[in-house]
Amino acid sequence: MIKVENLNVWFDDGYDRVDAVRGASFNVNQGESFGLVGESGSGKSTILRAMTGLAPTWSGRIEIDGLALHGHKRNRDFYKTVQMVFQDPYASLHPRHSVDQVLGEALHLQGFRDIDTRVVKLLDDVGLDRKFRFRYPHQLSGGQRQRVAIARALAGEPKVLLLDEPTSALDVSVQAEILNLLTDLREEHGLTYLMVSHDLPVIGHMCERLAVMKSGEIVEVMDVTQLRQMQAKHPYSQELIGVSVAH
Amino acid sequence: MTLLDVQNLWVKFPNRQGVFDAVRGVSFSLGRERLGIVGESGSGKSMTGRAILRLIRKPGIVQADHIALEGRNLLNLPEVEMRKVRGQQISMVMQDPKFSLNPVMRIGDQIMEAYLLHNRTSKAQARAKSLEMLRAVSINDPERVMRAYPHEMSGGMGQRIMIAMMLIPDPKILIADEPTSALDVSVQRQVLDIMDGLVKERGMGLIFISHDLNLVSEFCDRVLIMYAGQIVEVCDADKLHDAQHPYTQGLLQSLPRLDQPRKYLPVLQREDDWQKAPIAGDQA
Repeated sequence: MIKVENLNVWFDDGYDRVDAVRGASFNVNQGESFGLVGESGSGKSTILRAMTGLAPTWSGRIEIDGLALHGHKRNRDFYKTVQMVFQDPYASLHPRHSVDQVLGEALHLQGFRDIDTRVVKLLDDVGLDRKFRFRYPHQLSGGQRQRVAIARALAGEPKVLLLDEPTSALDVSVQAEILNLLTDLREEHGLTYLMVSHDLPVIGHMCERLAVMKSGEIVEVMDVTQLRQMQAKHPYSQELIGVSVAH
Repeated sequence: MTLLDVQNLWVKFPNRQGVFDAVRGVSFSLGRERLGIVGESGSGKSMTGRAILRLIRKPGIVQADHIALEGRNLLNLPEVEMRKVRGQQISMVMQDPKFSLNPVMRIGDQIMEAYLLHNRTSKAQARAKSLEMLRAVSINDPERVMRAYPHEMSGGMGQRIMIAMMLIPDPKILIADEPTSALDVSVQRQVLDIMDGLVKERGMGLIFISHDLNLVSEFCDRVLIMYAGQIVEVCDADKLHDAQHPYTQGLLQSLPRLDQPRKYLPVLQREDDWQKAPIAGDQA
């Protein structure tokens, strides 16, 4: 479903050039959930941004659903296939648009006509009561906002969801609800996930395979059983697992 | 020995619908120990920390039988006296260094300002002391850091600088409000180790406010668990996993674990009677 080969992403040129991602390669199969872990600045979010065209300067090869991507322009078909959920639900929703407007706009852009019925369906899908339809973001809790953000991503019936730390701004009790929702949605809609997080237990819970990143490079790709049995090969991943298990 | 004793603390915010009680009758005392306060957002844990330093802004109201720092009731002190308590006796480290450091002032000048405000000495002495404190929080090249501006620092560095600044007046109590939640796991550990060392070395009391149960159970001596403005449970940190209250158990179970794979995470089922539960903090 997703194929990344020798991906390089950099910002600025000349003296200030920063190589955020260096030679990253991995594959994500159809219906799989794949995790990217690493500390901040390791380039894990940058990979997602390069895919969606938010980081324009990249080289290498990115292929999604059989289509190779070029530059930073993405067409309608791309957004029908791939959608992204951002970290901070407080920042990613327009403060002066109601839930109905947010979802309605996404549906309109995806070219749907039966917007009214679809908005209701989306709310049901993400487990939000219909009374929330005409509320504004400030009237919702963090978990409810993240549900709206997920509903917006689902509007175009995508095949791939890019999840950028979807629960790190939430309380643990709310995190459990959102992770359960994502598990259900993947099953119901046959989605493929590419999930970024610094929280190893969360990745271990959600993903079948994961890549460990350090200063822009993928140091190791392993599956979740290896992670659970602490059979990481690279010293950095061992260290990362060590700190996560310690508490 | 009791450093701080809080009895029946209430924090109230009047609003259009009446009065909202953010903290409802919290009592606890703090010795030379590491006390953790955990709870979800909105449980009143940060408000408790701020109320101790009387940092709640109007129209918020702070009421308590007493908030006693070594026998002296902070609630009756005039504002001038209170300013001497803040920083010198009780210091506070906030969550995000990005918002607590002055962005247009060199880091050295900020730390020296903190020192000069509380001590009558020369600038050279303040400078020497600042360098020493930066070294104490494991900053390798303090000379360069002194010259730098906050935006040139990473989150972990920024938080260490905040800790250095807070410790300069040698306070008796340090209140740390989510000091590591903006940091990576690997850096988190370093910052905690530094705090731990300093607290032990100087015999300070530490109030550690966090939403991270595991972190608190590992790092503190005693833990207060807050829900809806009340303390629902007090326990020894190493016995947190045997906690009795259904809320604490619910929180612990909702965490994903590497050693126990499962398809769904148990979701916390809130019950109304937790809100009116007897205040378990009396004996704290």
